[in-house]
Amino acid sequence: MMKYVIRRVLLLIPTLLGVTVLTFVLGHLIPADPARLALGIAAPETQVIRYREEHGLNDPVHIQYFRYMGRLFHGDFGVSLTSRRPVADDIRDYWPATVELVLVAFAIAFPIGITLGIWAAIKRNTVIDHVSRVISILGVSVPVFWLAIVFLILFYVRIPLYPGIGRITPSVALEFPFAHRTGLYLIDTLLAGRWSAFASVFSHLFLPAICLALSPIARLTRITRASVLSVLGDDYVRVARAKGLRERVVIGKHVLRNAMTPVLTISGLIVGYALAGSVLVETIFSWPGLGTYAFKAATGSDFPAIMGVAILTTAVFMIVNLLTDLSYAFADPRVVLD
Amino acid sequence: MVRSRALRRLLRDPLVFIGSFVLIAWLIVALLAPVIAPYDPLKLDIRNKFIPPSFSSGHLMGTDNLGRDVFSRVIYGSRISLMMGFLVVTVSTVVGVIVGVIGGFFGGAIDDIIMRIAEIFMGIPTFFLLMVVVVALGPGIMNALIAMIFVWWPPYARLARGQVLGVKSLAYVEAARALGIPTWRILTHHVLRNIFSPIVAQMTMDLGYVILAATSLSFLGLGAQRPTPEWGLMVSSGRDYIEYAWWVSTFPGLAIASVVLGFNLFGDALGQMLNREG
Repeated sequence: MMKYVIRRVLLLIPTLLGVTVLTFVLGHLIPADPARLALGIAAPETQVIRYREEHGLNDPVHIQYFRYMGRLFHGDFGVSLTSRRPVADDIRDYWPATVELVLVAFAIAFPIGITLGIWAAIKRNTVIDHVSRVISILGVSVPVFWLAIVFLILFYVRIPLYPGIGRITPSVALEFPFAHRTGLYLIDTLLAGRWSAFASVFSHLFLPAICLALSPIARLTRITRASVLSVLGDDYVRVARAKGLRERVVIGKHVLRNAMTPVLTISGLIVGYALAGSVLVETIFSWPGLGTYAFKAATGSDFPAIMGVAILTTAVFMIVNLLTDLSYAFADPRVVLD
Repeated sequence: MVRSRALRRLLRDPLVFIGSFVLIAWLIVALLAPVIAPYDPLKLDIRNKFIPPSFSSGHLMGTDNLGRDVFSRVIYGSRISLMMGFLVVTVSTVVGVIVGVIGGFFGGAIDDIIMRIAEIFMGIPTFFLLMVVVVALGPGIMNALIAMIFVWWPPYARLARGQVLGVKSLAYVEAARALGIPTWRILTHHVLRNIFSPIVAQMTMDLGYVILAATSLSFLGLGAQRPTPEWGLMVSSGRDYIEYAWWVSTFPGLAIASVVLGFNLFGDALGQMLNREG
């Protein structure tokens, strides 16, 4: 087991290196001159030349790459061209908002998706099954950016349930200040005992989280249903039923445990989709997270920033995939590691 | 390849039927856009801005902030989205299949290098790779197309390679080789023909996802640019007016959802059918 873990972690290295090469090469495809971008159009030519000298932009490409890698190892992603701050600092400020949003979306998606999937499998070919199928196909077809806007039209313009963009209503934040200990406002407000602030945070969080949860709900429903159906046909389930066990015990003890492993394996995929969805959802709800940051970077041709976000999300994506593979092996003794 | 009996059984499923119907309808709309659209999708008419949707006004889906007819723009938008979908999926498939078949058939170092590169591409979450490439190339519809091809070929390479590995050792391929038939003929005649079905199923599913990605890019301002009647862009430009003109964003978004839904319903069923057959 330990050997497998070590090998899998080591295997991440060439892929991550490849990603840095890829993003670096792409960075050099940019038609614009990075020195010009950093200094602005009005900067005098002498200043541009000096900037190129200072930042080693005249060096051969492979030297620039190694310098870039060296900085990456020290957690230095370069300086954002739009915020003029180190990208690493920007990311540190922005990412708790995204983590909170994605976690709440998952807290909505996993119970709903898995329950719906199980229910559909047990009640195969009934109305419930058909409804679940429609939901699971709609969920991956409806563009999340449009859904967010429709929700705003319905729950902001028509029925004012959603208080407005951002993470908390500014006046509430002023009236009930709280320490930003974790960066997750739901927890921070609870720790500070600020109930009004907590309510405000919750009301801001709910709508974007539901938007972000839709596609995971669809994917989870689908895979859970398929997985439960395949387990229901297995011999040990027939045996359990033949023994006269109650249906609830058969489903709860025999089926679910075995059906959950395939659900685990798509968790990595779902995290990837959620991060991508967060770019669109955060942009619409002005949620001050990594998604908004990525959007600003992309529209502002801020290559260091977008590269920093891409490398970070890739690392997260890979780690989640590794963890799901490992938990898969733990959960299912039939899986042979090699 | 696709047997008509299997196809008929497929169409008996109401969801698949709806999916096929929606797709055919959109194809016709895209082909006949100039005939169907009542107005010029680009024509400004500031005096008639924000007319709500109604039959009597002649603007079925209302008008936008510049007085353009939303219905006509949605009609013309189908051309852009479908075209982008087909282009990206076709080119990615061609590139991916060539690369994957070469790797799978010849094996060895070539195969290793190709698959490592494909893995690196697949290691980056799709949408972020897409954004990085678009930022590197600059926003615009052409660059968005290139970026999507850049992102979409690796799964096809992997799929084709896997299929080739499965087919390669089959008796008839070995027989062909023993008969001295040139490699490229074996590839085109015996190998490619057999990896066709799973790739077509994958392409149908991907058409929907490519259209979603393309409209998402345009929504963010990284794909099609104003005043192109592109669906994602139209949803985005309606954002500022949701408080009094809900229709500007709503209808183009419904168009995206219905096309993607069509491809998903159809691709899903096609995949299942081909699975059963194979």
